[in-house]
Amino acid sequence: MASALEGVRVVEYAQMVSGPYCGKLLADHGAEVVKIEPPGTGDAARRRGPFYKGYAGPEASALFLYLNTSKRSITLDLNQEEGRRLFRALAKDADILVEDSPAGTLGRMGLGYEALSALNPHLIVTSITPFGQTGPYRDYKAHHLNLYHASGQGYLLPNNSPDLSREPIKIGGLAGDYACGLHAAVAALGALYWQRATGQGQRVDLSKQEALLGLQRANLTRFPNKEPIPTRLAAPNSSMGGLMECRDGHVVMLIIEDHQWTAFCQLVGRPDWAADPRFTDRDARGRHFKAIEPEVRAWMMARTRQEIYHAGQALSCPVAPVLRADEVLADSQLNFRDFFVEVAHPATGPVRYPGAPFKLSETPWRVGRPAPLLGQDNDEIYARLGLGPTERARLAEQGVI
Amino acid sequence: MTGPLSGIRITDFTFAWAGPHATELLGFMGAEVIKVESMRRPDHSRRTSLTTGQVFTGMNQSGVFNDINLNKLGIRLDLTNPKAVELAKHLVSISDIATQNMRPGVMERLGLGYEALREVKPDLIYLSSSARGATGPERAYVGYAPSFASLGGLAYLSGYADGDPCQLSGEIDLISATTSAFALMAALAHRQRTGQGQHIDLSSSEAVSVLMGEALLDYTMNGHIPQRTGNRDAAMAPHGVYPCLGPDRWLSIAVSTEAEWQGLARAMGRPAWAAAPRFADAAARKQHEDELDRRLAEWTRGYPAHDLMARLQREGVPAAPSCDNQELYEDPHLRERGAWVEVQHPEMGRRVTIAPPWKLSATPAEVTMPAPTLGQHHDYVFGELLGLSREEVAEMEREGVMF
Repeated sequence: MASALEGVRVVEYAQMVSGPYCGKLLADHGAEVVKIEPPGTGDAARRRGPFYKGYAGPEASALFLYLNTSKRSITLDLNQEEGRRLFRALAKDADILVEDSPAGTLGRMGLGYEALSALNPHLIVTSITPFGQTGPYRDYKAHHLNLYHASGQGYLLPNNSPDLSREPIKIGGLAGDYACGLHAAVAALGALYWQRATGQGQRVDLSKQEALLGLQRANLTRFPNKEPIPTRLAAPNSSMGGLMECRDGHVVMLIIEDHQWTAFCQLVGRPDWAADPRFTDRDARGRHFKAIEPEVRAWMMARTRQEIYHAGQALSCPVAPVLRADEVLADSQLNFRDFFVEVAHPATGPVRYPGAPFKLSETPWRVGRPAPLLGQDNDEIYARLGLGPTERARLAEQGVI
Repeated sequence: MTGPLSGIRITDFTFAWAGPHATELLGFMGAEVIKVESMRRPDHSRRTSLTTGQVFTGMNQSGVFNDINLNKLGIRLDLTNPKAVELAKHLVSISDIATQNMRPGVMERLGLGYEALREVKPDLIYLSSSARGATGPERAYVGYAPSFASLGGLAYLSGYADGDPCQLSGEIDLISATTSAFALMAALAHRQRTGQGQHIDLSSSEAVSVLMGEALLDYTMNGHIPQRTGNRDAAMAPHGVYPCLGPDRWLSIAVSTEAEWQGLARAMGRPAWAAAPRFADAAARKQHEDELDRRLAEWTRGYPAHDLMARLQREGVPAAPSCDNQELYEDPHLRERGAWVEVQHPEMGRRVTIAPPWKLSATPAEVTMPAPTLGQHHDYVFGELLGLSREEVAEMEREGVMF
């Protein structure tokens, strides 16, 4: 079967998570993604764990292996003029350049949007930076932690805090950085649609701060519209339920609609509560939940997550178990849907990876190849640019490639 | 409309947060999005906020609904009425994309499933988004954002190291939405090249799991089950959020290189403790992270968070406050970038909302309209697009087709 982005040519000059995740999304859908890495060291994600069996080598980082499936890797040093010349040659033939260098860096090397666009007016340059290409913070540095907080998302976590004495926190892992890469991919494909219709490329300026801010758009317009500021404190009447402890961990349950409340009462064996005047609507249930909390808690503590999940869902009660990584891998629903795919990388042998979160009926997602070894595609890609074996050997000798 | 998707039309049957924000993103890029609701089944975010519990008056007073349904047109169709279903089909036949996030099977029973609609529009792109996907033993299971985060594995990884898992909320819906937008764009690229439409079956909990690839691989490769670590990182130290001057004021600091550590030491005025051997290199700092965090907090406590951000950034140290809503709104950088925009809502008046998450130089993504009031655009949609006369529309409104 065809892939959705067949024939799309992408150059990726990006490291760690956001840019590479954008590139992965395009590559796993059939785009040819050529990843440019610094000679010798490669993408910084190669030096970051978790590592396969604890072996801290450049081909054994789980982070790198996951984020760079289906790509080709070449090495190229942009600090040398010959390196910059080759970069221009790559950009000349590309539809999309994904890059994450600090604002203005490529411009100072003569590789900015204007220069590349003059060579290739079709080119879409997708730039991913912490704070965008303009504005007073454009040169500020920020890691995932900083951006999760600078965007206002961290300040809201952990939600349902009893008070404000402890520090706000980030989301688990590097999920915010992944989300920024996802945003960049959406915009790159928007620009690609226009490019194919008109021949015109353009510049996509993605500020990670703004992408993350946008993910809280339904909460973070409250202050500007003169409503109370959202905090990480538990909302007094938000709903009943939320996170609840049970025999082997936690479940989450959100009871919003009246029919969900009725289902919940049935679930915990107290159908009489459904008719209780203290619990007539969502607001009242929130206010009076304390009165029945001990009984609900005892009911939960006597049961496992899976028991509560399936019994609740049989009644259309929106309850879900909090799953660990091993339980996600074992999840029968995910496995029924073939969510995990086996990828055989030379350094690790076959390993199960998460696949795509959606099924495209005509153009299925697939891992075209495992993540590349550092510079493994130098010969193929540089030959395509017209460099013969002698020339390539000379450039390698000089550390350009 | 100036966006790259000008000329694309979407019939949007989605409700709540994860569905509507997907089409909102495409609307930011210029697609014409027509949202289908009814008095019987209005989008519930018109009535309440899932996160705050706030209850809105009437159908057109919800800030939440406005924020995630910008740039859309609104019509009312009671889809339990066969005439309404026919009108919906007619609308889909002149659309490029249809989107829905009802429980799997519901749209099929209404006669608006993918197979039925591709008969009226052979190259249709059709998105079905649900908690667990349209196939498998749990396809009918229901959930909200906290369920997606919990099933996906991210709730377990979020939270203090000594605390409970963290119930994530609205951002998870919007991540699922952005995933939908990506899938739609990929399908649109395929259609543009080949003329072929397709069906997209999206699972919101899977959309969470893909954001923690390294954690899942740590288990499949090493049998290691990753745990919550609050703000801490596996390698970097310091990597935390520290108290600043004033109530509930915080600064995040993350140091990844020796140069950044030296910058931090300079910003602090080179205190003796920072030169001690137990903080001499990255591994040592990680090993003595508890003490490092205590020392840093003693220093940050004396200064306003924004002053420290500027001071640390001058020394090349990644630092930023944990911003509350007021700080964000007053932030000079976000101001200059145009992150806040205003719309004039027909019932709520002037509303501030958040701009699209990207800047496109040739075909700007823009907020052009507030969210629609319930059934606001009948003249345009039923009149201009579907060619019904005013009398016919009035008659069907009376009959309850457009309830």
